[in-house]
This record gives sequence, C-alpha cells and structure tokens, in this order.
Amino acid sequence: MTYAAKNLTTDGRELIAFRVGDQEFCVNVMSVREIRGWTPATAMPHAPSYMLGIINLRGAVLPIVDLSARLGMKPAEPTVRHVIIVAQVKSQVVGLLVDAVSDILTITDDKIQPTPDVISSEFERSFARGVLAIEGRLICLIELESVFPQEEREAA
Amino acid sequence: MDMNEIKEIFFQECEEQLAELESGLLKLNDGDRDPETVNAVFRAVHSIKGGAGAFGLDDLVSFAHVFETTLDCVRSNRLDPGPEVLKVMLKSADVLADLTNAARDGGSVDEARSRQLIKELEALANGEVPQASAVAEPVAKAAPVVAAPVVNDEGFQPVAFSFDDFETDEPALMEMPTYEIVFKPKSDLYAKGNDATLLLRDLSRLGEMSIHCDMDALPTLDRLSPETAYFSWKVSLKTDKGEDAIRTVFEFAEWDCDLDVSLVSGDAAPAGEELPMQPVPFDLSILDDEPVGPIGVIEEEEQLAAQQEIRNAAVAAAGTASNVLQMAQSAARAPAEKSAGAAASAAAQSAAAQQAAASAATPTIRVDLDRVDRLINLVGELVINQAMLSQSVIENDANGTSSINMGLEELQQLTREIQDSVMAIRAQPVKPVFQRMSRIVREIADMTGKSVRLITEGENTEVDKTVIDKLAEPLTHMIRNAVDHGLETPEKRLAAGKSAEGTVRLTAKHRSGRIVIELADDGAGINREKVRQKAIDNDLIAADANLSDEEIDNLIFHAGFSTADKISDISGRGVGMDVVKRSIQALGGRINISSKPGHGSVFTMSLPLTLAVLDGMVVTVANQTLVVPLTAIVETLQPEAAAIHSFGSNQRLISIRNSFCPLVDVGRILNFRASQADPVEGVALLVESEGGGQRALMVDAIQGQRQVVIKSLEANYTHVPGIAAATILGDGRVALILDVDTIVAASRGQSLKPEMSLAAAG
Repeated sequence: MTYAAKNLTTDGRELIAFRVGDQEFCVNVMSVREIRGWTPATAMPHAPSYMLGIINLRGAVLPIVDLSARLGMKPAEPTVRHVIIVAQVKSQVVGLLVDAVSDILTITDDKIQPTPDVISSEFERSFARGVLAIEGRLICLIELESVFPQEEREAA
Repeated sequence: MDMNEIKEIFFQECEEQLAELESGLLKLNDGDRDPETVNAVFRAVHSIKGGAGAFGLDDLVSFAHVFETTLDCVRSNRLDPGPEVLKVMLKSADVLADLTNAARDGGSVDEARSRQLIKELEALANGEVPQASAVAEPVAKAAPVVAAPVVNDEGFQPVAFSFDDFETDEPALMEMPTYEIVFKPKSDLYAKGNDATLLLRDLSRLGEMSIHCDMDALPTLDRLSPETAYFSWKVSLKTDKGEDAIRTVFEFAEWDCDLDVSLVSGDAAPAGEELPMQPVPFDLSILDDEPVGPIGVIEEEEQLAAQQEIRNAAVAAAGTASNVLQMAQSAARAPAEKSAGAAASAAAQSAAAQQAAASAATPTIRVDLDRVDRLINLVGELVINQAMLSQSVIENDANGTSSINMGLEELQQLTREIQDSVMAIRAQPVKPVFQRMSRIVREIADMTGKSVRLITEGENTEVDKTVIDKLAEPLTHMIRNAVDHGLETPEKRLAAGKSAEGTVRLTAKHRSGRIVIELADDGAGINREKVRQKAIDNDLIAADANLSDEEIDNLIFHAGFSTADKISDISGRGVGMDVVKRSIQALGGRINISSKPGHGSVFTMSLPLTLAVLDGMVVTVANQTLVVPLTAIVETLQPEAAAIHSFGSNQRLISIRNSFCPLVDVGRILNFRASQADPVEGVALLVESEGGGQRALMVDAIQGQRQVVIKSLEANYTHVPGIAAATILGDGRVALILDVDTIVAASRGQSLKPEMSLAAAG
C-alpha cells in the first residue's frame, strides 16, 4: 500500500526471517543486535502475559517478550531449541523469543507487497508493514516499533 | 581543545574558587583574622575576575572588580571585616555565584540586587560603616550613577572606585608625580606564560618612563639555571594616573613577582642616587619586535640584545643575557621541568613555598565522570563473573582441590578490594552541598527576618557523587522548613529565654556503612496539638485516633501537610516533607524526626554510601529468587504454628514477644502464587518500613547474604511496582531486588501500582 511505498524506498535491504508457530516473519537486520539461545528468564511480577521475564545479557538486564503471544497467537513454551533475537527498539534493547531463525533475505522494495486486506484486528494491521513471497512462502514484514510502542511498555 | 572546553574548565575552576571564597568568608565570619584567609578570599575573587575577563564576561568582571576592590581594603587593613561587612560580602559571594551561573547557562540574574550590592561594596570600600545614616561625600558623587536605574548600563562602570580618588586626590594637585617601581619577577611568572617585557610595555603607556635592568643576581654561566628568573627592573615613571593604575598593569602577575611601588616626589628628578646606575632611556620599538618564538631565532635575538645597549661589562656577553631571558621564557613552555629549575634560586623557593601553602591539599586530577562510571560498571561485571566462576568450580568439582579454592578465595578478596577502591573514586565530600545550604540559610533568614546561625559538622564525610547530587534538593527543602517553621522569631526566642540567634546544625557522619545526615534546629519543636488537629482536618487520621508522639511527628511527612499558619513564599505550599521523604527513599535512605517541644527538632537521614551496590539477603519466594535489602531487615525468624493468628477476612498476624505484627506474603503480593502460603513452612523477615511500624515478610527460604550489584530495570524495561531494581546472581541469572516499602504499603490493601497514594497514619 502507500505506506509501504513511502517508507521503504532504499533499493536493497536485508531482513532476518524467523518462524513463530507456523508463520514466518521478518524484521530489518539493522535493528537486530545478536541472536542467542534460550535461557530461563526471571519472572516479573504484574507483567503482561507476553512478558516472559528478564535475563542477564552480559551484565545488562534484558526483558524477554514471547513474540507469539504478543502477536496474538498461542503462548510459546520455551525450550532449549527456542531462539532469542536481541533487538534494538528505540532506546531500549529487548529480546524476542521466536521458534527459529530461518533466513537472511536481501530484497528490493518492489518485492514487498501491501498487507492483504484480510486482517481484521487493528493491532495486527498496525505492525504488519507488508508481505513477501519468497520461494512460495509467505513472510510478513513487521515493524518492531509498532509491536512495542513506548507508551504501552511504560504502562505495562 | 576548543574555546568551549577551555571555558568549561574556567567554570569548573570558578566553582572551586566560589567554594573557596565562601568558606573563607565564613571563616572570617567566625572571627578568623588570619591574613592568609583574607588573601585566599581575595585570590578567589581575583581569579574569577581574571578568567572572566579573558572570556569577555563583562558583567562578571565588573562585579568581581568592585568586590575585589572592597576585599583589598580588608586585606590592607583599611576595613575591619565585622559582621555587617561580612554580611554584605557573603551576599556578594552569592551574587558572584549567580553571575557565574548566568554566564555559564545563559540565565538571568537579579540586576537590582547586584546593583544594590555594588553600591554597598563601594560604600564599604569608601570606609563607610554599613547602614550608617550619613552618606559620605564620595558616595554621594557616585550614587547618581549607580543608584538611578535609568542609566543602569552605566551603573556597572568602574565608578572610579572611590578610594582611588582618596589617594590620588592630593598628588593630583602636583605636576606629574614620579613613581619608582621595583619589579622582580619570580620564575613562576614566566612559567605561567606572562612576559616581563609586555608588562613593562604596558607600564610605559602610563607616562614617561625610564627603566633599569638589575642583573646582579645573574650567576656565572656554569651555575646558571635556565628556568630561573634572575632579572629585576627598576622603573621610574612619571604619570598622573596614580598608583593603582600602575598596580593594575601587574594585576595578573601580582602573585608571581615582588612588586614595590613608591611615590618618589612630586616633580623631582628620578631618585638617581638610589639607583646604582643611571637609568637608560627605554626604547619600546625594540621590544615590539622581540620574538616570542622558539630558540631557533637565536641570531636575531643576539642582534636585538646588542641593539638594546643596556648591558654593561659586568655581564659576560650580551648574547648570554639574552639567552637567559629566552630560556626563562621557554620555561613557560616546559612547566614539567619547572620544579627542577625552581629549586635553584631562593626566590623561586619562596614562591614554591607560597604555592604549597596555598594548596596544602593532596594533588588531584580531573577525570570525566563517564570514565569512572565505565570503570565501575566493568568492576561490577568482574564481581559477577568472579561469583559465577566460584559457583561453577563448586558445582563441577565437589571435592575441590585446595589450591583452586584458595586461589578463588584470593580472587574474591581482590575483586572486593578493587570494587571498594573504585567506589571510593566516586566518593566525594558532602562539603559542596553543605556550603550551598549556608547560602540558603542566609537568604531565608533575610526573608523571614530571623537571625540564624548555621553550624556544619563533618563536611568532609564522603559519599557517592550521585547521592550528593540528589541530596541537595531535599536538604534545601528541610533547611527552609527548619528556618521558616522550626525557628521562632527573635522576639519569641528572647521571650522563651533563648538567645535571639537561632542555630541550625547540619551534621554528616558515617555510621555502619551508611551516611547519616542530621539537621537539628533549636526552635520551638513540633507543635503536636496543631499537627494532630491539622491531620484530623485533612482526614489523615480519625478524630479519636490514639497516636504516640512519634507517630504524630511523622505525620508531617504526609502529602498535603503543612502547618504554617499562612502560606509563605519559602515553604508551606503543602508539598514539603512528603517530597523530601520520597526523594530520600528514592535514594534508598530513611528519614526520621524527633522533636522536643521548646527545644527544637532533629531530622535524621540515613543514606547508603553508594547507589551501585547493596547488601542483600537472597531469599526464595515461589521458586523465584529475590533479594531483600539488608538495611530493611530487623530480624529473621521461623514462625511456629501457635504464633500465627488469623485476623479478619484474610489477614494474619504473628506474635513476636507478646506483640502482634501483620504477616505479609511476598509471593501473593507479587502475584507469584494464587493462594497464601503456609507461614509455618517459610521464614519471616521482620522489616522496618518507612510508613511506620514493623511487618513480617513471608518468604519460602533464605539462601544467604550477599553484596549485589544494582542493575537498572528501567534501562530496557520499565519500573515495576514492588521491585526496586534487579541484580545478577552468581549463577548468571537475574534476581529482583524487593522494594520493601511498596510491598508493605501494598499489604495495607493499596494496589501495587506506580502511583502510590501515601499511607494513612497507623
């Protein structure tokens, strides 16, 4: 749609694709700091259900978000095979729990198709920036800043 | 280094000078008449003026100048620094600080106030006793310029600081008096980048001048130290500008040279008989060409020296002399070697001694705070890593060879020691904050018409810089309250049989790993009846509530509580003590009040020495590891079934030595479990909370006691009610540090939300 066309103007970009449940998503590689394995998190009192807790990332406290639950899907049951994507969202660093990292894609903006008009939820529409068709797979491009609006986390 | 950086350094130095100035003035106020104190005060103002001049901060310069002029009168014993004089000077120091801040941050200053003070200072310099009714002649002359606000721009002009007029008035009647000036630079003069030739050139602009260079002190070449000043100059100057104009020339070199200015005669010939040689006419054009460049231009220098023709046969060669001058100048470029050279001559030695006296403190360096913080962070990591290492060694090698264990133990000691020393870097004396308070006391005392004396003790007590920075605000608030509410008016004090002057005592000391700051006033103390009535009026307590004296005193910490009869500018807007309490709590501290009617109140604040580490008790709650700050824990106990009593619908009390204490289930409050745990299977931590009273926190088990490094939750997450911060344990996992006060408050039925309303009494 117009939004995609307006914001995604650079012609080659790299995206990290990952699997959450049975769906594939991708985010801009520039916002990803590192990828690490799952370690048990310390639960936080009075946290939203998608907030799994906090872990120690080399001396810093890193909150871990269950992306599956956050995106309105079934809450994940973290195992050692799960992966944490450490991403920078605005000034904060968060960890995203995903099932697996699948790919690094280099695409041009014209490959990004507008989000199909079938998503009913306002929330889901707000973070989906478009979809990609790669080798017959559907990959949804999400924008982390919409997934974690600053105000919402402050209120959490 | 660009100009801004240099300016920043200047402002940093200004702060130091201002502190020096204030402490010096306070010493004088206490009756210290040591000339060195007066000198220190003078030097401070002088340095600020000098630096400000270099940066073109005209307001600052003009004020500092008038201030300095008055201080000079004190220095030369023309003005006795009595209490009234010092009052003006302390106010002037405040204005000087304001002007400095305004110059730094671009704020505005109270111009009327500084103008008023300039007037007062000038009056003092003119030998007037403050508040004297009769205005002396010279001031009347100056007053229209200074006082009239219409011409305020001119108000700052030097107004020829009248005492000059005094001195020059008489000589001015004669024709062009002749001064004899003996100018003997010390090595430091060159080391600081000053140049004798430039000073002499400035001098020559004042009038007709003849100059003689005294080279007697110049040793033979083999004993010559290249960085020592050997020359002195005798100048006879015909000028109508007055002695002060001459002194002004040497203004910035004054500390680094021996300067003697004397009036020889009205129009008599230069006192030739006093000079060993006839003065030689002084050709300025030579000096104008003198290179200040590197030694490479020695040929030109030699030529110049030859031209000058002021050398005589007593000195080996003109070139040598010129070299000495050159080398003396080069000393300025090699300050590192200064000390070696300085030792060579007696003059330099005395200069060094003077310098040592001026700065008796241990040498210090300025370090960027960011670097220190980085170091502290790294050491924090080191401590965590060391703990993790120890733990994995213990886990993997149950028997543990003794050498590994011993090594680990030493490592642990070492890391702890490193941590302590790194923390000590951030530790700063509380002095700057205390000094700021003396100004606040002065201002409030002025506003309220009370007479107050602030006594500070233990101002060298050291505490982490972040604590100091955050201490100023609550302390300011409390000092204001103490003076405004605590102390009575002089009449009331006299009526109560006390001295008219109230005393506020500010004390800092270390006590069991914390810093304790005490603020005591000898005022009326807390009027408990009034506080109680007010609390009832404000619905804070029930009308028939039975409160102990201590509980009533603590009521003043509640939001919206102010007992001032009328709301004043200074305090009493109802945001007083609860704000203080909250900011102290935010620092991990506690505040207490004790009050004796008629004898005053004592506020005691106990604060952690650092905000980076904390001694905590590691506990387990619903399979979660939590850390409870050790400072909050009074005792731990194993509850017995018989001691647990149900109370009301879901409250439980535990009886401890015949008193009942509410049980607080931490796991329930933090939502870690759905139902209340069985107290008998857990451990109770008896905690003292700020809201008053003790609570027994129920936890499942105690793991141990440990020093933990505090990690911010807010950096990547958000503030969590009931949780103060996070830390990383030896196994690398994150543990949460409990915020005992919010937990206790939540147990009183308040929701655990960030916006906490203050607890009602009880």
